[in-house]
Amino acid sequence: MKDITPTSGRGFLDYAPAPESTSILHLRDSYGLFIDGEFREGTGGSFATISPATEKHIAEIANASEADVDLAVAAARRAYEKTWSRMSGVDRGKYLFRIARLVQERARELAVAESLDNGKPIKESRDTDIPLVAAWFFYYAGWADKLDYAGLGANPRPHGVAAQIIPWNFPLLMLAWKIAPALATGNTVVLKPAETTPLTALLFAEILQQADLPPGVVNIVTGAGETGQALVRHPDVDKVAFTGSTAVGREIAKTIAGTRKKATLELGGKAANIVFDDAPIDQAVEGIVNGIFFNQGHVCCAGSRLLVQESIHDEVVDRLKQRLTTLRLGDPLDKNTDIGAINSAEQLERIRRLSEIGEQEGAERWSAPCDIPENGFWFAPTVFTNVQTSSTIAREEIFGPVLSVLTFRTPAEAVAKANNTPYGLSAGIWSDKGSKILAVADKLRAGVIWANTFNRFDPASPFGGYKESGYGREGGRHGLGAYLQPATTAVAPKGASK
Amino acid sequence: MTMQTTSLAPAERAVRVLGGDLTERSLRQYLEGLSGVDAVGLEQRAAGLATRSIKTSSKAWALDRIIELIDLTTLEGADTPGKVRSLVAKALTPDASDPSTPRVAAVCVYGDMVPYAVEALGSAHGDPDDGLVSVAAVATAFPSGRASLAVKLADTRDAVAAGADEIDMVIDRGAFLSGRHGKVFEEIVAVKEACRRDDGSYASLKVILETGELNTYDNVRRASWLSILAGGDFIKTSTGKVSPAATLPVTLLMLEVVRDWHRLTGEYVGVKPAGGIRASKDAVRYLVTVAETVGEQWLQPHLFRFGASSLLNDVLLQRQKLRTGRYSGPDYVTID
Repeated sequence: MKDITPTSGRGFLDYAPAPESTSILHLRDSYGLFIDGEFREGTGGSFATISPATEKHIAEIANASEADVDLAVAAARRAYEKTWSRMSGVDRGKYLFRIARLVQERARELAVAESLDNGKPIKESRDTDIPLVAAWFFYYAGWADKLDYAGLGANPRPHGVAAQIIPWNFPLLMLAWKIAPALATGNTVVLKPAETTPLTALLFAEILQQADLPPGVVNIVTGAGETGQALVRHPDVDKVAFTGSTAVGREIAKTIAGTRKKATLELGGKAANIVFDDAPIDQAVEGIVNGIFFNQGHVCCAGSRLLVQESIHDEVVDRLKQRLTTLRLGDPLDKNTDIGAINSAEQLERIRRLSEIGEQEGAERWSAPCDIPENGFWFAPTVFTNVQTSSTIAREEIFGPVLSVLTFRTPAEAVAKANNTPYGLSAGIWSDKGSKILAVADKLRAGVIWANTFNRFDPASPFGGYKESGYGREGGRHGLGAYLQPATTAVAPKGASK
Repeated sequence: MTMQTTSLAPAERAVRVLGGDLTERSLRQYLEGLSGVDAVGLEQRAAGLATRSIKTSSKAWALDRIIELIDLTTLEGADTPGKVRSLVAKALTPDASDPSTPRVAAVCVYGDMVPYAVEALGSAHGDPDDGLVSVAAVATAFPSGRASLAVKLADTRDAVAAGADEIDMVIDRGAFLSGRHGKVFEEIVAVKEACRRDDGSYASLKVILETGELNTYDNVRRASWLSILAGGDFIKTSTGKVSPAATLPVTLLMLEVVRDWHRLTGEYVGVKPAGGIRASKDAVRYLVTVAETVGEQWLQPHLFRFGASSLLNDVLLQRQKLRTGRYSGPDYVTID
């Protein structure tokens, strides 16, 4: 046969642009605070939210002052006392089902808004974030009239007013994780979205109006750290739920120490993704990519420490680099984009700083070749090899598309290295041998352990951390426990939980 | 254990990779030492590739390239010389309303139809790289492969002697599933030798795994390696007579094998998904999978083919849509 040495292609891989249309979005120029069922002006001035991919202005957002927070908490208290805590579980469930369906109906609009405001690729907001948001509301809608079976005894009671503070990495999904179980269990809510990603929470407020949710059951106050502090400190708050950095989580724990406030904290992580030499290698490489480059690595449970068995280190790293060259970095609204923008200049600075420290400490840096757009905040997918357990980049959470590769020789060493971190949120195990997976999983100190997959989420599965990754669980039946207390009297208040 | 230590035909590739003492046992150990396949992960990756959105200029390029990679196929008991002549005419002029339409890579027929295909092609018979159309013949008691080796070899030699440029053989799935890897291996080696022409050149050999019968992805990976080690120029998913035929995950897996073979040896082996690919949209997903798995240099007729019959007309309709901005209909493309 003839010589078949291939000729170079014609650039098919440079797929033509396939932008998702933004015409479905009808944004206002400015957004107020959502308090007591309606949007109102804030008294703390305003700030701009921008698209991190272009640095273009999207909308002006009200900055909630302490007085605004006070109004919001008061509205939540009224709604709790007058309507929500008295409503039957069946009826609360109806509202949640309605919200879930509205999220599905407006899914494309929400996905576009999320990618615009957060910088994540539209394929992720469209195929992961928004479908999970709907799934979370559907799941907890089903629980609303079944709380007697949540494992807390008959007639468990809600806490009251829940203050919820969510991060910028999965803005609407984190909102769903917080609001769905709170409402299902009869609590009312004051939620503060992150200051860089308030947009979808405000669109969600419109959905609540569409769903005709009673005023005050959910209030949304936008702002930065000070707004969050005012909310956490507010004396009429019964429960604090926070997702974010361990540093802020610590401050919150100190602030509420000695008060009646209950707390769930979902904090940082430095997850080990352990690849054994008997792993399904191609799928493991996909899992590594998904583990750390999903959502630009802005994932608290990201597999940021790759622990690979020494015997296959070179092969895995080689295959991984090959695979990373096919990732497309660019416009988050392009349907073919794999890696979007870093959420803020501040975060980009942190990723850069830690990467430089990695190099200074002797790790070998490799970045996927990709064109970085002129405007916006971007960081190419980066792999550090020759990383030691003592390296800063193996200890500190980077929260960006940066992977640290370490090696191990035996399962015992893999477990020891995986657990050698103050965090304990998640871990991954890759092996074709089921018994090994179970044995290793048993010894890992992490709240979520994925076997032969990574970054998979389901509303029925509890999520949360060991050690400094926080306390409490979100999701599943366990997630109800964070918003309920066992009944203290034999006779429950009328209609409290049914 | 005597079977285990029986020496196998010293196929050049296998000797190079496995070492000199090629036995059933050494072959088996090699195949069983391959890394496993996680079905969930493989299917998830294939589904991810299928979400690529191919628009405008990329789509136009893809549609033309799909045509250039098609083995236009008729494999019916009812095939006649007339049907084959009709197929050849379609292969040469897929869309008479648009002379810029490229030709397909090959026509694929049963062995006894090869002379009619060769005759109908006339001077247009040749290498698709030169804008000509090849003749591929299914052989080795296609589709079941249930015949003696002597019959399979005679079937192959007949087709090659009649002018077939490519032989699509089936492996003995029964032997493979019962662990007789050596038998499958030796048959491929023997068929490859039967592809030899009088002038010393060889017809290109496509090895059909019939992945629908192998059932597991681990089996597909092992059978792919086995076929390459035995000398296959192409590995092909299916006969089209068994369901499921080609799927995106199976094709992705086979592409990963040829990629790994290239990593190991620097040699290029082709992949041919066949059966069940009817829509342009699906075919574009295969192109994406090829480009992102082995690189777009694989998107050429000597390294990638679609085994298909109805796919061509759907691509032509899409092509007309791109050209005119309007959808026409099945009456505006010709049946063959």
